[in-house]
Amino acid sequence: MKRIVWLLLIMGVGLQGGLYAQATLLNVSYDPTREFYKELNPKFSAYWKEKTGISVTIQQSHGGSGKQARAVIDGLGADVVTLALSYDIDQIAKKANLLPENWQKQLPNNSSPFYSTIVFLVRKGNPKKIRDWSDLIKPGVEVITPSPKTGGGARYNVLAAWQSALDRTKSEAKANAYLKDLFKHVPVLDSGARGSTTTFTQRGIGDVLITWENEALLLTLEKEKGQFELVYPPQSIRADIPVAVVEKNAKTHGTSRVAKAYLTYLFLPDGQTIGAKYYYRPKDKRVFDTFKQQFPAVKMITVEEKFGGWDKANAKFFDDGALFDQIYTSR
Amino acid sequence: MVRRVLPGFGLSLGITLMYLGAIVVFPVSMLVLRAAHISFAQFQIILLSPRTMHAIGLTVWTSFVASSINVLFGFVVAWVNTRYQYPFKRVVDALIDLPFALPTSVAGIALTAGFSPHGWLGKTIETTFGYQVAFRPLGIIVAMTFVGLPFVIRTLEPVLKEIDVEAEEAGASLGASKWQIFSKILFPSLLPATITGFTLAFARVLGEFGSIVFISGNMPMKTEVVSLLILSKLEQYDVVGAAALAAVMMVISFCLLMVINGFQVWYQRRFFEASSS
Repeated sequence: MKRIVWLLLIMGVGLQGGLYAQATLLNVSYDPTREFYKELNPKFSAYWKEKTGISVTIQQSHGGSGKQARAVIDGLGADVVTLALSYDIDQIAKKANLLPENWQKQLPNNSSPFYSTIVFLVRKGNPKKIRDWSDLIKPGVEVITPSPKTGGGARYNVLAAWQSALDRTKSEAKANAYLKDLFKHVPVLDSGARGSTTTFTQRGIGDVLITWENEALLLTLEKEKGQFELVYPPQSIRADIPVAVVEKNAKTHGTSRVAKAYLTYLFLPDGQTIGAKYYYRPKDKRVFDTFKQQFPAVKMITVEEKFGGWDKANAKFFDDGALFDQIYTSR
Repeated sequence: MVRRVLPGFGLSLGITLMYLGAIVVFPVSMLVLRAAHISFAQFQIILLSPRTMHAIGLTVWTSFVASSINVLFGFVVAWVNTRYQYPFKRVVDALIDLPFALPTSVAGIALTAGFSPHGWLGKTIETTFGYQVAFRPLGIIVAMTFVGLPFVIRTLEPVLKEIDVEAEEAGASLGASKWQIFSKILFPSLLPATITGFTLAFARVLGEFGSIVFISGNMPMKTEVVSLLILSKLEQYDVVGAAALAAVMMVISFCLLMVINGFQVWYQRRFFEASSS
């Protein structure tokens, strides 16, 4: 028995030595990026092998953005994180000190290779004639959106809705009232974006789904062709999709160089093109232009310019007892 | 000294304590430690907020109703399964265990598909009885009933098998009515197991998450259960708040189990004393 254990141990050591020119990266990401990284990872591996002779295996972990960030804080050994909200990466920097707080300065474009925006998905023919945020609170309209308390991405929906009301009415009180009214039209609050998509597309509930452009494009162009229509509101919000090397982990694993190269690859034309194929808006101007007909121009506000960043936006809207809670507790 | 099959008391107790310590006591004490950082005032704010109060109330009453339903129907199922032979009994047996085996999220998706206003069952119930099931507290009860189903049945079955049919026959030959046989012979011996089954199911569904998030609609102040509230606190990186809520739920479960255990001991003592005197 003991001999077998030793044999296994020796074999294990031997195996590691034999495959020395091999690196492994763990990319901790959020839910809807699964297909995208499945296509991108082998391409990066080939690129890196050609460049350095080292073959790299990339392991993926997917889940809700906030949950994934918490797992990294609690010790999941991510070499890179590619999450939905910069706020989630901020928390990894703040609470676990695994990367510098200025991580957004480490890569181009605030460390965001892609961005997306919030759009409306309506049923074929747009029977309720939904064109703008103000149409969502018309009598008889049912709106599907995830809970911004549990799904980080859904916070964009709320902020975009509120800002549009503020710009229209020029009054914060009226914008608050609009938000309250809006959530009276929400019959189901799913805990995440994919849950809401299922409620809207599979259960047939609701007249409009507020969702990410990439999800909506995927649904209208591939998965559920011909059943739904995508509506761009006149004004929406810009959702940057941030990435970062988890520097302390990468250093421990000896993967700092390949981790940085992996994320940099996302900004190169190849990475940008794959992203655009999965309906993420590429930051690279030339790549964007080739996909121009897929991404119509939309006026987009940002969380930074209108709300002063996520910390302030969360304090005002989403923390316990803040605006969103008041919608449900004070009637 | 009786010779035992397995080695020494010392070793087996040591393993027991280590095992329970690592799997149960250690993680739970971490939770308590986290919650212990919270000041009493903070605790009050977290617990007494209307949203939390509503969620706790909703979770407790729906768990209660679901477990009661399971006691009623679980008794019938256990009775049929132990007293009668019928075709496809093994299939039925497997079906009973299905809620144990199925990932609860799968159960949630399946139940929602069936009971949503556009689902086959949901539509039928709504048009005939006028009740919407999914995205209402009723939906939560359905999910909880599903998850808790095996607990009552599987605790009642061995007890039902143990009961001597002779005792019932003796009662009948002495002229007891059917109701008397049930209330004087069956019921007293079944009561402890029924309560255990109820408690197990209740404690299990009190913390149920996976299946409920899909069917409940998660509306604050309407259909939001405590486990979802805990998740939403974590999602906001409010570990303290989540720990406070989790600790409260743990205390509720623990007290419940203690009360039931106490009752069992008391009841058994009374029952045995009564029968031996």
